[in-house]
Amino acid sequence: MVLQTPEKTGEVYKWEGSVEELKGLVTERAITGETMLLNMGPHHPSTHGVLRLLLELDGEEIVSCLPDVGYLHTGIEKNMEHKTYEKCVTLTDRMDYLAPMSNNLAFCLAVEKLVDLDVPERASIIRVICMELTRLNSHLVWLGTHALDMGAMSVFLYCFREREIILEMFEMLSGQRMMSSYIRPGGVWRDIPPEFLPALEKFLDYMPAKIDDYEKLLTNNPLWIDRTQGIGIIEPDVAMAWGVSGPSLRGSGVSWDIRKAMPYSGYEQYDFNVPVGEHGDVYDRFYVRILEMRESVNILNQAVKRLTPAGPFRSDNRKFVPPPRRELGQSMEAVIHHFKLWTEGFSAPDEEVFVAIESPRGELGCYLHGTGGNKPRRVHFKTPSFMHIAALPVMSKNHLIADLVGIIGSVDIVLGDCDR
Amino acid sequence: MTIPSALDPAAALRTALPDVLLDTVAFRNETTLVVAREHIVEAVTFMRDTPGLVYNYLSDISAADYWEPYGGWGERPERFAVSYHLLSMLYKRRLRLKVYVPEDDPVVPTILGVWPAANWLEREIHDLMGIRFDGHPDQRRLMLPDDWQGHPHRRDYPLGYETIMFSFNADEIMKHKPFAKE
Repeated sequence: MVLQTPEKTGEVYKWEGSVEELKGLVTERAITGETMLLNMGPHHPSTHGVLRLLLELDGEEIVSCLPDVGYLHTGIEKNMEHKTYEKCVTLTDRMDYLAPMSNNLAFCLAVEKLVDLDVPERASIIRVICMELTRLNSHLVWLGTHALDMGAMSVFLYCFREREIILEMFEMLSGQRMMSSYIRPGGVWRDIPPEFLPALEKFLDYMPAKIDDYEKLLTNNPLWIDRTQGIGIIEPDVAMAWGVSGPSLRGSGVSWDIRKAMPYSGYEQYDFNVPVGEHGDVYDRFYVRILEMRESVNILNQAVKRLTPAGPFRSDNRKFVPPPRRELGQSMEAVIHHFKLWTEGFSAPDEEVFVAIESPRGELGCYLHGTGGNKPRRVHFKTPSFMHIAALPVMSKNHLIADLVGIIGSVDIVLGDCDR
Repeated sequence: MTIPSALDPAAALRTALPDVLLDTVAFRNETTLVVAREHIVEAVTFMRDTPGLVYNYLSDISAADYWEPYGGWGERPERFAVSYHLLSMLYKRRLRLKVYVPEDDPVVPTILGVWPAANWLEREIHDLMGIRFDGHPDQRRLMLPDDWQGHPHRRDYPLGYETIMFSFNADEIMKHKPFAKE
């Protein structure tokens, strides 16, 4: 395992397969009854949500795997077309419910780019803190459930114990444990409360030892290594061609992290490493995420140091950001802005932007098209889980059905993220 | 390995394939190349394989609908547009290729032969926006049930609502609820 690159980002990977392979059909052997068709899901515990996989099995071996999604399709993108930009933020929380802050940020960055709105530095630092806490939160759930799928029960309990601390910190910030909607266009909803920083510092002292504990339980565990090494291999060229991103792509040895390569929210000012795997199997994806958790703690430590000076936590451009409460009693303009923003919202040009951030699962892109009015014409989220589920047939081919559970766990899918 | 210096995608495309590029739009440091619909496969292949461009990763495909309630589609040439968001990991930049799609013939050639990642992205657009991808081998709906009527992401598709239940209409509403009844 290396921390910095085999440089594979410049290569053009040509896909060798044929379009006909993507027909989404079982083979003819299933029709004659030679192979068996088995529905895994939609309510299978290890599909991490409501995902249905139609498996064609030859004995225990997977001949073909056809994912069927859409059980959690809630029309979030359609709903956003009928809401003002500020109100859309609450909907983004519901997409990837394990990393709500990442969705908030992707959408808010897109809105800020569309209307050309600057964010003060303190808000960017708070956003980075939220991002990395969210990454830890999401990776903890992933690690717990992934290990649980593979039969290691106790890791799950430890991971959720630490996750609880993070959720409590989110509650301090926003009043909500999960659907926080804390990041808003122009900054964040409110300044961090006084009790937050001591809690965060305490957590940062506590967390590295806990990551050591998880590693003690899994990294060199012979059972874990037997179950994960050499399983679900994605070659870098296949991963790139299928749009795999984030830790799953880095597990295959492609050094690509948007935080490093195309920084947003001031990530260029932090010093961190990008863990990259070598083999592209389940174990490498697991270990990349473990190292990423350590890097997150590292980034958080730097962010806490940079946070000391007090300053504005959201933009003071009153055309886009509502004025603080205390101004309402003193200023007529503040009352007007307050009224306009909470009744009508702000308008954005009839243009399109695309913003991508590094969410815990991979590249989370937000395509935002304004109408010139106060509601978007089209919002489209390119979500990592969607691409990963689409790539499941390639990863799971010719594996045993017991390994499929590990492969699904290792690409870290969330069905709310996929179906939207 | 020396890295060839980065090229301007619009200029390179205009030189190599003169009849492909229709228009260029720059907005907030993003480049959009409007491409002729029938040449989209050539355009993405050119963007992927030319040294100096190397857009080797397909980030996203998304579609927009320019339908306006008072008729027409504003100043846009056609009703629909499909945007391909490409990413060059080598030069760390993004590019948007855009094709306009007419209302009466909503078909775009599939780019599945270039990136298999387009498989589900195109199916999603087919399902929700009603734009067909010519040559795509799997034309089933992705998100919605197979018997769904219409394409929800079109602007003329109503958002829909649930009727509020009162005692006088409760029986009627319950009759149409989708859960199992005796």
